[in-house]
Amino acid sequence: MEPLMAVAIGLLYATAIFMMLRRSIVKLVIGLMLLSNAANLLIFTTAGMTRGAPPLIPEGMMLPPSGVADPLPQAVVLTAIVIAFGVLAFAVVLIRRAYEVVKADDLDKMKDTDT
Amino acid sequence: MRPEVALPVLLPLLTGAVSLLFWRARPMQRFLAVAGNVALLMVSLWLFVSTLSDGYVTMQMGSWPAPFGITLIADLLSAVMVLMTAIIGLAMGVYSLATTGRGHEKFGYYPLMHLLLAGVMGAFLTGDIFNLYVWFEVMLVASFALLILGGERAQMEGAIKYVTLNLLASVIFLTAVGLLYGMVGTLNMADIALRMDEAEHTGMVEVLAVMFMVAFGIKAAAFPLFFWLPASYHTPPVAVSALFAGLLTKVGVYAMFRVFTLMFDQTMGYLQEIMLWGAAFTMVTGVLGAAAQHEFRRILSFHIVSQIGYMILGLALYTPLAIAGGVFAIVHNMVVKTNLFLISGITHRLQGTYQLKKMGGLYRDRPWLAVAFFLSAFSLAGVPPLSGFFAKFVIVRAGLEVEAYVVTGIALAVGLMTLYSMVKIWNEVFWKSLPEDNDVPATATPTGDDGRLLKPSLWMMYSPVMVLALFSLLIGVLAEPIMWVMMGIGDQLFEPSGYIEAVLGASASADDVLLQPTGAAEDQPEADAGETAR
Repeated sequence: MEPLMAVAIGLLYATAIFMMLRRSIVKLVIGLMLLSNAANLLIFTTAGMTRGAPPLIPEGMMLPPSGVADPLPQAVVLTAIVIAFGVLAFAVVLIRRAYEVVKADDLDKMKDTDT
Repeated sequence: MRPEVALPVLLPLLTGAVSLLFWRARPMQRFLAVAGNVALLMVSLWLFVSTLSDGYVTMQMGSWPAPFGITLIADLLSAVMVLMTAIIGLAMGVYSLATTGRGHEKFGYYPLMHLLLAGVMGAFLTGDIFNLYVWFEVMLVASFALLILGGERAQMEGAIKYVTLNLLASVIFLTAVGLLYGMVGTLNMADIALRMDEAEHTGMVEVLAVMFMVAFGIKAAAFPLFFWLPASYHTPPVAVSALFAGLLTKVGVYAMFRVFTLMFDQTMGYLQEIMLWGAAFTMVTGVLGAAAQHEFRRILSFHIVSQIGYMILGLALYTPLAIAGGVFAIVHNMVVKTNLFLISGITHRLQGTYQLKKMGGLYRDRPWLAVAFFLSAFSLAGVPPLSGFFAKFVIVRAGLEVEAYVVTGIALAVGLMTLYSMVKIWNEVFWKSLPEDNDVPATATPTGDDGRLLKPSLWMMYSPVMVLALFSLLIGVLAEPIMWVMMGIGDQLFEPSGYIEAVLGASASADDVLLQPTGAAEDQPEADAGETAR
């Protein structure tokens, strides 16, 4: 499973960076979205993947039996997904407003504040 | 239980939530903006005093023992940063009353300001690396919304660059956190520091260190990652610019100080050279960028970049004295840079423009404003006996001690260039007479950023400026006791065992309870138990 995930994550990062380098702001936001997904999958994978062993502690014991899934990265990924979702919602509204004022879906037309 | 560690985070969250409840009651929101920030300043003072006496103040969230739960910890560095943030927050609360247009207030300017402060405070106080990421995001989302409040074209363009690069930095940070967790299996910074020393030294440690450096480098606006800053900081209403200038980049610098002194101290030998030259280039490009500008806030934005160089230089030299100097530079810069932005807001109200060429004659009209600018600007350039001189003096001395002559020379030269920029503003805005063709508004009618008339008069803008200018003077006069605190910070950061003990040692007894199975779980082999619990 891990090699497959590694390839998928690598592809996601590459696609995201490629999309972010385009001139269109819509593609920029798609790139950002893919990038956060790639990071989430990466956390999920690096923490170790365990199959079919939920981290439940049997009654009367203080600790789960060994070999259970680590619940922490899942909590971390869940938090990161929520944050990424909120930020993405903001970014979508931002590009819509930007399109309304600049009247172009083109980053090259947005350099008035650069010089 | 040490409530003073949690209160600086909880208080702005609470005031923010309460001001959201008073969405339509503008006077109430304005009252809360000041009252909430006064309370925040009190709590921060409390935290500072108890940190000064105890060294470290910790609190485990939800009483979960240290490596499992989230730790809030204040060492001297955190406490000083929290205190400075509270001071800037209060100044901004008062200043915003006079400058924020109704259009902005209606769309939640004050709740966002509180939320931003909560994010900054959380980032300073957390002892958990993923929690640090979360506070960074809280701060970023609030800053995104503040940046585009008003919705002008320049703001949108600036915001797209700001949002993109900051999100990219966040993802790099998150990726690094994920890889770090995969390597050491913990998120608690003190615990990571312990395990890093034990971990077998593979190339992964360097990779992670560089990822953190890039992520925080983008957020701190260090060379060559700073381009988003001058492209966006001059676009929002001036109070927002000042708030960003005073706080946001410093959080990135703080994170660098924390991560590289605590967790990656063994990679410093390898990274030092990169960081040193990064700092040098940051100083030089920032100051050269400023020299080419003729707009008040753009000059100041480039100077933020240049000053970040000094702070990173303090870290890169990596001696207790240099770190003390770096933190001194942060403290001084928070006050002075915010104040310069505030002054640019007053001059904008008086003369209706930020273009230096169209301004003039303010020394004759407003001598006290000129004095406040003089104090702040020359402090930024490092003229004795103002605050900037001592920050620079300590860094230069530390640089000479480790015989980094070239970089130290660059730091001194950049000080001169800063003086050039500041003199340029002084000459254009205060000294030369007003150009004929400038149509200055006849009276200094206070209008908000949306052009509508505002009631409060100029004193609300003046008072924070005067207080901050005085503050910068005081830092210079009282340099010795402040330097004493800074040396304390340098020693604490250089000797991370105290930090680790403060986080993990206090909970060692609770740790044992959790790790050693009792009663029915007796059949569990001990070594195995320790492994799974981690």
